[in-house]
Amino acid sequence: MKALTFSLLALPDERLDLSCLTPAALAGLTDVQIAKLRIGTSRNPALVGDVFRITGKDVNNIVFEGGSSRFDKVGAGLSAGSVRVMGDVGNQAGRRLSGGTLYVDGSAGTHAGSGMINGRLEIKGNAGDYLGGPLAGEITGMEGGLLIVRGKAADYAGDRLRRGTIAIFKGCGDYAGYRMIAGTIVITGRTGAMAGYLMKRGSLLLDRPPENLSPTFMPCGEPDIAFSRLFDRFLMDEKIMDKPLLGPKPGRYGGDTAVSGKGEVLFRQQHR
Amino acid sequence: MQQLSRNGVLIDDTFAEAFGMRATAIIITAPTLKWARQAAITMTGYATSVIGCGCEAAIDVDLPASKTPDRRPGCRVMIFAMGTDDLQKQLKSRLGQCVLTSPGSACFAGLEGTAPLDLGNSLRYFGDGWQISKKFGGKHYWRVPVMDGEFLCEATTGLTKLAVGGGNLLFLAADNAKALNAAEYAVAAIEKVAGAIMPFPGGIVRSGSKVGGKYKGMMASTNDAFAPTLRGVVDSALTPGVNAVLEIVIDGETSDAVAAAMRAGLKAVIDLGSEKGALRISAGNYGGKLGKFHYHLKDLLP
Repeated sequence: MKALTFSLLALPDERLDLSCLTPAALAGLTDVQIAKLRIGTSRNPALVGDVFRITGKDVNNIVFEGGSSRFDKVGAGLSAGSVRVMGDVGNQAGRRLSGGTLYVDGSAGTHAGSGMINGRLEIKGNAGDYLGGPLAGEITGMEGGLLIVRGKAADYAGDRLRRGTIAIFKGCGDYAGYRMIAGTIVITGRTGAMAGYLMKRGSLLLDRPPENLSPTFMPCGEPDIAFSRLFDRFLMDEKIMDKPLLGPKPGRYGGDTAVSGKGEVLFRQQHR
Repeated sequence: MQQLSRNGVLIDDTFAEAFGMRATAIIITAPTLKWARQAAITMTGYATSVIGCGCEAAIDVDLPASKTPDRRPGCRVMIFAMGTDDLQKQLKSRLGQCVLTSPGSACFAGLEGTAPLDLGNSLRYFGDGWQISKKFGGKHYWRVPVMDGEFLCEATTGLTKLAVGGGNLLFLAADNAKALNAAEYAVAAIEKVAGAIMPFPGGIVRSGSKVGGKYKGMMASTNDAFAPTLRGVVDSALTPGVNAVLEIVIDGETSDAVAAAMRAGLKAVIDLGSEKGALRISAGNYGGKLGKFHYHLKDLLP
């Protein structure tokens, strides 16, 4: 059965809330019913049929042909099945994602993967601020799952991360892992200032020694730990990376001692 | 008793009688195979029989680095007990005293069973608040800081209720050296069978037992029917010319594993022949009333 495909007819002149276009929300609806769903956010909101041409039937496999930075909340609340966007997305892509996979062929706006619970979100391009982070007033950010950004992430990536894994491949802005509660953030490429600032627990895993850490991070030498091998293997088995990230004897900083000091920054030694 | 013969070795028409048990398995890794085996050997010490030791345990197989979760050399250890609570108690104390303490060790689940048994979940408190929980790839690990780095341990392993304990072979030979030679050949063959262990010293028992005894409180006493020094004075199972008997006891993850192990042991000793090894092969049972699993030697012959 062909994937249920939403082909973009013309760029919308308002921001769209696409959280209603998930397998669970569309199950059992006819094309006509889907075309009448409201996705615009202005006083005269656009309907699905105004913005997209609908083809295909397989509701568990949804494809957006074409994207826009005005596509907000794509795949929000996705619990099973697959959503693919062949273009950019706006804010809160994969918000509260709890299962299935969301793939974005372009770049994402702010709060991508915000509050993710489980499942997999992969962004081929760049991600905006607060990757996986909480919305205002929320206590925790991402709570589980796998969030992969093949490009760069902006500031505050992994804010208040509680569980799960975030992987960023072309570096990130300032305050990566800000206020982390636990979980794991993998970053290859340059990290901005104050990575891990105020992290309580959790791991920041880097492919190079960190620059501009807060002075409240303390060097812990380079102990030989089995965990780095185990996690390197996980990254390769999941096809997140194609070569080991840390190697057998990663360098380590403990912190942030401004809070509990139970977190860590592990990094690949340059001479290995 | 009717007897079959293979390569000059007589095979008794009898059966080994075995019991249902609970079992689990773990994978221990270390920087070298030597130290993985050291942790495993220490952990499985004093674990020959559930009667006296609370569990039966031994190394199942050695694993090359390519087959372990953390890509270091390791080995798979199996532990058997009569009940789930006993198994959990033995696992926890042996892991804590023998594996956690061993240099460079890490420990992972070695069985996907029907129920979980705690591994790292019970040892993490050794970290005194500095232990780190990691969940990824559908698994949960604990990292406990220790003096040579970290003890990495999966949170739980699996329990199987399909395990079988008490598969056995008896090798009757002209002298001690030949009995030992036969038993060593059998041990070498059975070590290659996955999912089966031989918990006794080097896999071999010389003090086979019968149920009960003349003294009050003795749960088991010497198997006088197979003791060569008593051949003339008790109702002996030994034929003239037999002067030493050694036994191999086998515990398996499944009944099939026990059968495969017994088949491998039989083949090895038959191939060795009566000149260098056993004159006769037999098996131990309790008349078939106590154990649910019966392994007839004639069904397992090569």
